[in-house]
Amino acid sequence: MEDERSFLDICGGPLTLRRRYYSSYCREFGLSSARLSLRSVTAVTCTVWLVAYGLFTLFENSMILSSAIFITILGLLGYLHFVKIDQETLLIIDSLGIQMTSSYASGKESTTFIEMDKVKDVIVNEAIYMQKVIYYLCILLKDPVKPHEISQVVPVFQSTKPRLDCLIEVYRSCQEILARQKATSASP
Amino acid sequence: MVLKAFFPTCCASADSGLLVGRWVPEQNSAVVLAVVHFPFIPIQVKELLAQVQKVSQVHVAVLGTWCHRQQEPKESLGHFLEGLGAIFSHDPWLQLCRERGTRFWSCKAYHQVSTTPDKSIEDQVMLIFYDQRKVLLSWLHPPTVLPDCQAGDTTASAGGLADIFDTVARSEVLFQNNQFDEGPVRLSHWQSEGVEASILVELTKQASGPVCLLLASLLSLLSAVSACRLWKLWPLSFIRRKLSTCEQLQHRLKHLSLIFSTQKAQSPTQLMKKANMLVSVLIDVALGLLLLSWLHNNNRIGQLANALVPVADRVAEELQHLLQWLMGAPAGLKMNRALDQVLGRFFLYHIHLWISYIHLMSPFIEHILWHVGLSACLGMTVALSILSDIIALLTFHIYCFYVYGARLYCLKIYGLSSLWRLFRGKKWNVLRQRVDSCSYDLDQLFIGTLLFTILVFLLPTTALYYLVFTLLRLLVVTVQGMIHLLVDLINSLPLYSLGLRLCRPYRLAAGVKFRVLEQEAGRPLRLLMQGITVLCAFLPL
Repeated sequence: MEDERSFLDICGGPLTLRRRYYSSYCREFGLSSARLSLRSVTAVTCTVWLVAYGLFTLFENSMILSSAIFITILGLLGYLHFVKIDQETLLIIDSLGIQMTSSYASGKESTTFIEMDKVKDVIVNEAIYMQKVIYYLCILLKDPVKPHEISQVVPVFQSTKPRLDCLIEVYRSCQEILARQKATSASP
Repeated sequence: MVLKAFFPTCCASADSGLLVGRWVPEQNSAVVLAVVHFPFIPIQVKELLAQVQKVSQVHVAVLGTWCHRQQEPKESLGHFLEGLGAIFSHDPWLQLCRERGTRFWSCKAYHQVSTTPDKSIEDQVMLIFYDQRKVLLSWLHPPTVLPDCQAGDTTASAGGLADIFDTVARSEVLFQNNQFDEGPVRLSHWQSEGVEASILVELTKQASGPVCLLLASLLSLLSAVSACRLWKLWPLSFIRRKLSTCEQLQHRLKHLSLIFSTQKAQSPTQLMKKANMLVSVLIDVALGLLLLSWLHNNNRIGQLANALVPVADRVAEELQHLLQWLMGAPAGLKMNRALDQVLGRFFLYHIHLWISYIHLMSPFIEHILWHVGLSACLGMTVALSILSDIIALLTFHIYCFYVYGARLYCLKIYGLSSLWRLFRGKKWNVLRQRVDSCSYDLDQLFIGTLLFTILVFLLPTTALYYLVFTLLRLLVVTVQGMIHLLVDLINSLPLYSLGLRLCRPYRLAAGVKFRVLEQEAGRPLRLLMQGITVLCAFLPL
């Protein structure tokens, strides 16, 4: 079962939440943010090249122009490969674990998998971010030595930063699966 | 909990048969290690499993049946497979089935509690495919099992997926029979096409035993010699501390004795450390031999030796110019003429002595350099350390000047601070480590103030000499520091790990990721498990 809804992120940009229910114990949530717009790329390139041309007319050294081109290309590639996250996915599988994937604009994917034994709970927490109060979803991990204490807080959807309405949808589904898991693990 | 079945990707196209593996009750998961094909005799299968269990301490058992329907579905096969459940009893009994023409599998799990199959269980089975070869070759499992662990026990510390990988890794003996063996039982797993091995690796393994023993004894002899009491006597121990070559040689000796020690590596990190050290030693020696061949080509050593004395002369000349400049009016400052002349002449005489010494040594330099150049075959790092030591020896006069200038300056500053306190009527109380007021006699005050004035007016001269020689010394130290940095880089760069990251990334796996494969409603969920490669996890420093 698959459906798509659009939401807003904390800065007001558009987001798309894609939910896939593979089965009653396995769900996937993909949040995609807006792609890199041609307008912004053109604007940045033009600014850099105008500045470089201005410096060239001052110093009459053609190395400035070639280095400006080089910097623009490298900067764009570096931005696409290391900075711009297109989509963040959360895959939650009962009795196996939770997997978070970030896919970058250049196609690179970085994945983290947390086993279900280590997960204590999934919560929506508040934070003060600059002049705003924002909500974020995070996973609480158990301390291996003391099982009733929390050792780590892992925030999810860090670069897409959705608002509370989107987080509530994801939170509800995660809690259904976690409740199921607790029920089946409690009963022998 | 959902029942998880870990199935190897290599068995997905195997013929029908029995599933053999391990059941982990805590995780409610079944790890399938191999498929036993028809025809087989149940007694022989049980014997083989008992043998494997004894050797590997892994509780392997028959977990269920695997049915690959390539032809039209046969009803008799279905009943036959169900009948096998009575011979090899296991709770729960798995039945995996793959139809021809569809990519979707069906998986049923029967529990012994109820005699009729429970239809609702079908939805709750999850199939996870894993690549046996990659899981075996990557070090995702915890280190070797404790000796007091019984067969079938789970290690208390390993939990979750680490347990699964541990199972696969420890059942290596099961993967030794392949289809070319004439055994009674036909198995299908990742090595059933033939055991993967390389002649070079096997030969190295056989040869490494005696070679390691020989080298270890030689190296222990060397370490014993270097640790003997003779070296602790005063001149030798002082020289040993100061020369960086001795330090580097000792470092290398330690590395080599670690590499060739007869103990096997306990954990993957230790193995990586050993491998990194070995690769760095080999690269070092290779670079050193290259340097040696370059030096001995075209009589370069002779050229170097001939160039050395003029360079030393040139440096001394520059120093003399510098001192003449200081003795005049450096940078427009007016110096105290008498002190200036004294210090300047003292340093000039020192330089003169140094030049005579260099000229005395000049016939022997070529021989010394030639013999020292031979030491480059021990490694590039040793050659670089020797270079750094030679620089230190050649600039010894700069070091001496720095010491003289610093001492004078230090004395002056102490004198000034003490007389300043006297000037204000205070004294340093050594007992209480603080400044106390004190009443001085008139003559003490008079002489103290006089000396204070003299020292204050001589301060610029001394300070300038101190500054100039400190800067020179800093320059020499910087050059030596860069050489040492290079030596450290060669010593500690983990080239083996980097090479492994480029050529065999699955060995450095430090985590897993799952991908959901195409799925149909009502069929069990299928996932593919892969390793995530991270470089930093296996960089032992």
